[in-house]
Amino acid sequence: MKKLTLYAAFGMLLFGAACTQEKKLPILGDREAKISKDANGNEKIDTVYKTIPDFKFLNQDSVEVTQDMFNNKIYVADFFFTSCTTICPVMHRNMKTIYDKYQGNPEVMFLSHTIDFKYDKPSVLKKYAQKLGVDGPQWQFLYGDKATVYSLAKEDYLVAVQEDSAATDGYVHQGWLVLIDKHKRIRGAYDGTKTEEVEKLKSDMDVLLAEKD
Amino acid sequence: MSKIKGISFRKIVVYSLFGMAISAIINSCQSASEIEMAKYLSNGKDIYLARCQNCHGVNGEGLGELAPPLTDTVFLKDNKEKLACYIKNGVSEPMQIHGKTYQEKMPAFKDLHDIDIAQVMVYITNSFGNKQGMYTYEQVARDLQHCK
Repeated sequence: MKKLTLYAAFGMLLFGAACTQEKKLPILGDREAKISKDANGNEKIDTVYKTIPDFKFLNQDSVEVTQDMFNNKIYVADFFFTSCTTICPVMHRNMKTIYDKYQGNPEVMFLSHTIDFKYDKPSVLKKYAQKLGVDGPQWQFLYGDKATVYSLAKEDYLVAVQEDSAATDGYVHQGWLVLIDKHKRIRGAYDGTKTEEVEKLKSDMDVLLAEKD
Repeated sequence: MSKIKGISFRKIVVYSLFGMAISAIINSCQSASEIEMAKYLSNGKDIYLARCQNCHGVNGEGLGELAPPLTDTVFLKDNKEKLACYIKNGVSEPMQIHGKTYQEKMPAFKDLHDIDIAQVMVYITNSFGNKQGMYTYEQVARDLQHCK
């Protein structure tokens, strides 16, 4: 009987410990195992996670931007175009609320890639940003050629984008807001047109910011 | 005495029930125009949510300087006969709303019929702090003939 109580107490302790464990976001995308040998010749298996590759684009100030700008920061990325009248206004209305929440936080950035390579030149992006109420470098609006941007979307951020002359504004794309951590790994994707998903993104960003490497 | 009292009590109950029934009938019967207005409002709200809300916001608050708010009652009143044209054909001219200039393009909604335009206009001009009453699809047809 005494033993039983002891076990029960132990079980309860374990349960309690499990509950207080800090929450962690999943790491998304394909992964592979890398087998390497250490100095003593023992085999060691490392998991290699999918990361966003380096890029080079012009931003809304016509300045060349690479991934260096996002070093040691978490960021929210999306794909849009300025003349889009369907889901983009909703996505950016919602993304603006996230921007407002983290404005001035040096660990958080925002990145919007335009998929309209014909019209959305940096000057157009600048005007758009200002009219949205975004000023300063924390939210980057990036312009690039079609092949680079589209493959970045499909292969790396896992967001479907394409030109479609049958669509209302000439392009179709998904409305994901993709959350990237300080190691360029994808940690979440949220439907930017739904307020409840955007709220989830905000709370997940707090979790990610609290995460120790 | 108690019997008289009983009868009169019964009478009171019966009369009052009758009275309540009558008043219930009167109150539940809205006038035909009120029903029509309610129909426009509820259909208009559906159209608004599907077609307008992404830019103009769920409370007509607009989106930065990209899309104007729909809360400028004076603008809506002064331009009432142009609103149908704005919706059907889109807008590219600058507009002064709440004293601010908005010059982004508004897309055309060619697929909306006169009745849809009337309903969404009734919803907009009677929501977000606006209260401008009915606007029929016949008026939409008339206004659309004078689009620039």
